[in-house]
Amino acid sequence: MTTTKKTPRKRVSAETLSKNQREISVSEFFAKNRHLLGFDSLRKALLTTVKEAVDNSLDACEEAGILPEIWVTLLSRSEENRYVVQVRDNGPGIVPKQMPNIFGKLLYGSKFHSMKQSRGQQGIGISAAAMYGQLTTGKPLDVTSRTGPRKPAVSMKVIIDTNANKPKTVNQKELDEWHLAHGTELSIELEAKYIKGKQSVDEFIYQTAVANPHASFHYRNPVGELVSFERSVPDNPEPAKEIKPHPHGVELGVLMKMLQSTKQSTVSSFLSSDFSRVSPGLASKIVQRAGLKPRNRPSTIARKEVDSLYRSLNDPATKIMAPPTNCLSPIGMQELLAGLTRGVKAEFFTVETRKPAVYRGNPFQVEVGLAWGGDLPGDSLARVMRFANRVPLLHQAGGCCINKAALEVSWKSYGLQQARGALPTGPLLVMVHLASVWVPFSSESKEAVADYDEIRKEIRLAIQSCGRRMGQFVKRKARARNEAKRREVFNLYLDEVVSCVETITGEDHEKFRKQLMTISKAKTELAELLEEQSSSADEADELAAAENVIIIDPDAVAVESAAPELQGAVNAREQAALDFD
Amino acid sequence: MAAKKKAKSTGKSTGKSTGKSTGKTTGARDVALEAHKRVQVPAKLDTNAKIDFLANSAVKLARKKVDPFVDIPTRTLSNVNFSKRKKIIEMGDATQRRSLFNMNQARKFMQTFVIAKGCKQLQAEGKTTSIRDLYYMSKYTLKDGKENTFDDQVESDPIIEDLEVSLGSLREELHLFAAKRGSVVGPLTLVDAGDTIDLSRMGSGGWSVPGIVEPNVVQFVKHKAKFILLVEKEAVWARLNEDKFWKRHNCILVTGQGQPPRGVRRLLFRMVQEMKLPLYVFVDNDPWGYYIHSVVKQGSINLAFESARMAIPSAQFIGLSAYDPARYGISEGVSIKLNDQDRARAKEILAYDWFQDRRWQREIKHMLKQGVKWELEALSNKGISFVTEEYLPKKIADQDFL
Repeated sequence: MTTTKKTPRKRVSAETLSKNQREISVSEFFAKNRHLLGFDSLRKALLTTVKEAVDNSLDACEEAGILPEIWVTLLSRSEENRYVVQVRDNGPGIVPKQMPNIFGKLLYGSKFHSMKQSRGQQGIGISAAAMYGQLTTGKPLDVTSRTGPRKPAVSMKVIIDTNANKPKTVNQKELDEWHLAHGTELSIELEAKYIKGKQSVDEFIYQTAVANPHASFHYRNPVGELVSFERSVPDNPEPAKEIKPHPHGVELGVLMKMLQSTKQSTVSSFLSSDFSRVSPGLASKIVQRAGLKPRNRPSTIARKEVDSLYRSLNDPATKIMAPPTNCLSPIGMQELLAGLTRGVKAEFFTVETRKPAVYRGNPFQVEVGLAWGGDLPGDSLARVMRFANRVPLLHQAGGCCINKAALEVSWKSYGLQQARGALPTGPLLVMVHLASVWVPFSSESKEAVADYDEIRKEIRLAIQSCGRRMGQFVKRKARARNEAKRREVFNLYLDEVVSCVETITGEDHEKFRKQLMTISKAKTELAELLEEQSSSADEADELAAAENVIIIDPDAVAVESAAPELQGAVNAREQAALDFD
Repeated sequence: MAAKKKAKSTGKSTGKSTGKSTGKTTGARDVALEAHKRVQVPAKLDTNAKIDFLANSAVKLARKKVDPFVDIPTRTLSNVNFSKRKKIIEMGDATQRRSLFNMNQARKFMQTFVIAKGCKQLQAEGKTTSIRDLYYMSKYTLKDGKENTFDDQVESDPIIEDLEVSLGSLREELHLFAAKRGSVVGPLTLVDAGDTIDLSRMGSGGWSVPGIVEPNVVQFVKHKAKFILLVEKEAVWARLNEDKFWKRHNCILVTGQGQPPRGVRRLLFRMVQEMKLPLYVFVDNDPWGYYIHSVVKQGSINLAFESARMAIPSAQFIGLSAYDPARYGISEGVSIKLNDQDRARAKEILAYDWFQDRRWQREIKHMLKQGVKWELEALSNKGISFVTEEYLPKKIADQDFL
């Protein structure tokens, strides 16, 4: 220990301290913690902004029952690292009064409070993007919206007062003319960086198109490349229903809040009417186990009693039915196939939709699609596309439950090579969609799904059942290739044998040759069958007939689908060019 | 159950084959039956006809919708027997089927026919050539423009042996010989391809043994020898020749430069047979040396079909025995430690039927126990001419053989 004498510090009074204590505005908090929301790098800021805007557009369209048509334009400003993100949809539009709140106030929205599957959850997204833009460029968000053909389009700029978490609007005006009957267009100028690759906006649009076949997308990137994904499914997904929370899904704090805000006058009725799957009978049992009286007023239950109520709810002896699952809106088998085939050029597609399951009282459902062969690169590791409530997840793959599940699968049994602890090698794309009322993200920026055993198991099972079908196909292909190769070898050798026999005997042996060819053909029959695409191979037939499988003959005419790379969509280019003013 | 089924099926098939033999179509059962028959080339045919028979058998099989195949007598340890009466290794009856429509055998099947074609051409032209020559004759590119019939002589040599056994023809009858190897000196006069040669006047190199030593090529004229000495190492043979060991002891000095080739073995056989001379084998003291002696004496596994005309059961092992170094006071310093391969080979040999003699078991086990092997040259450690002056004379005088 050192013996240096420390000058005793003067005690500071609470009063002095209190001078420095003041409310921190949410906006200010964001300004300092932007990484929490996905604005930690210039590249990511661009992606997050596009993502939030597109998510909002899709949610709005679906809620209003409109088939979404979305235009995304990225414009590069002359200043370095300065871009304008412009997103336009044909949604229901926003009434002028709400515009500043939606775009200029953090934590404002309709989604946070509802137990219902939607893309956005916290209502933090688009306003955060607007704030980021404002912080980095000083430019306010620009929005124009129209709620119907008979209403005028309203345009305004939304400025956020970062101290007060309050929006201010300027330049509000009604437009005489606007090119959409209804919809919203917003543009945000921000400091960002456009880089192509696996975590680019290009990739995001592409993956979003795969997961949302009911929507059309038109995208122009800063390099000037245009790509369009036309709608390949004629209907919006079944709208998700709102459900009451399940007792197993609530945390103590939420339970306390619910107790305070409930309209019910007794604990018993509170339980049976504010939760799903709690009958009056079950409610009284829970109350009894908690040592409470059924007639107790919810709001007066003290902290200690809440605790025992919470324990009683989660007691293993309290048998509560799994939550209803009609609140989920999976993509659906046919839609998934439609999405995959419009985005991926492969030979074999298969999908699997699991039955809904529950983690911690939250219903969720897993869907998996596999694409194999075709233009997918055969010499690299398989690619995993992750989606949560139809939103692509592009970051933090390593920590994601979906990736872990894909790694757990033994791909070797499906005819692929797999190094220890790695994804398989081969022309394979694995698409996993997790639909849930409350997707357990591992961070606020919503980039990876937290690792719950129940979720991982469901994903693994879905992948495995797709894998089995793919394995059949892959192995059959390999066998056919083998047979064809065998025949080639046989025919090469038998030719030589015939010529030897002719030299030895000095006679012509064309008949011998023909007989050998017949035997060779019989010996390699399978190859023949497959070459002719003859349908007598039962197994092949069964596979092709399954409704969750699509097999595309690579030799047949190329399927109409947009290429994974932007360069591919030549046809769509002109059309899209027209749509962008 | 199984027996019943078998009885039923045989009953049915005989009925069918007699009844349907005139029918035009061949049923699956007939195909199966045909495939069960073994194709054996009749021994009474001449080589030319044998090759034709082989070719025609393939044509016949194809006509019956059976995948063409060749049945090749197996040349492995499992298919050789040691005849205690004749004291030679004989080939068993087991055959291996080689089919055209089997991925693992197709190439070899094709190669068998290519070699057969080559042999047929040699027959037709009345020429004799080396197996290396035949390899070059038979090497060409197949119709796909990529694959060769043979890539290496290592591939064609076993095919030639396969053909020899399946036709039951000697190599000479196929007009083939192996690369020649081996030298002879001694008090012997012979005729080689019409030239009379006195083997006592062959200088330091000796007479080199041709690939074919059959009576039509080589005839013995006269000799004064009392025995034949086969030396494994050429260097030791050269020492013995320089010291005129053969003159002093009246012997025919032969080396096969390692494992003696067929020409040397056949020559030894004829000399022993026709001149009624004893044969002493002088090899390194290691498992490979033991085995050289055993091949000369009993024949080899690979060429078991030739044993009757090559093996010399009267051959005697003169040295080097594992007991000799101690007996003759040879320095431990010139021994070589046995390696893993040596030990493994020694154990293999110990298990062979023709090594079951108590004295051989003792000999080999002694070597293993000592943990060392000795080369013939080790004897030179006692003096450059120790081998000619002392070792061999003493061994022969004492009749110290194994």
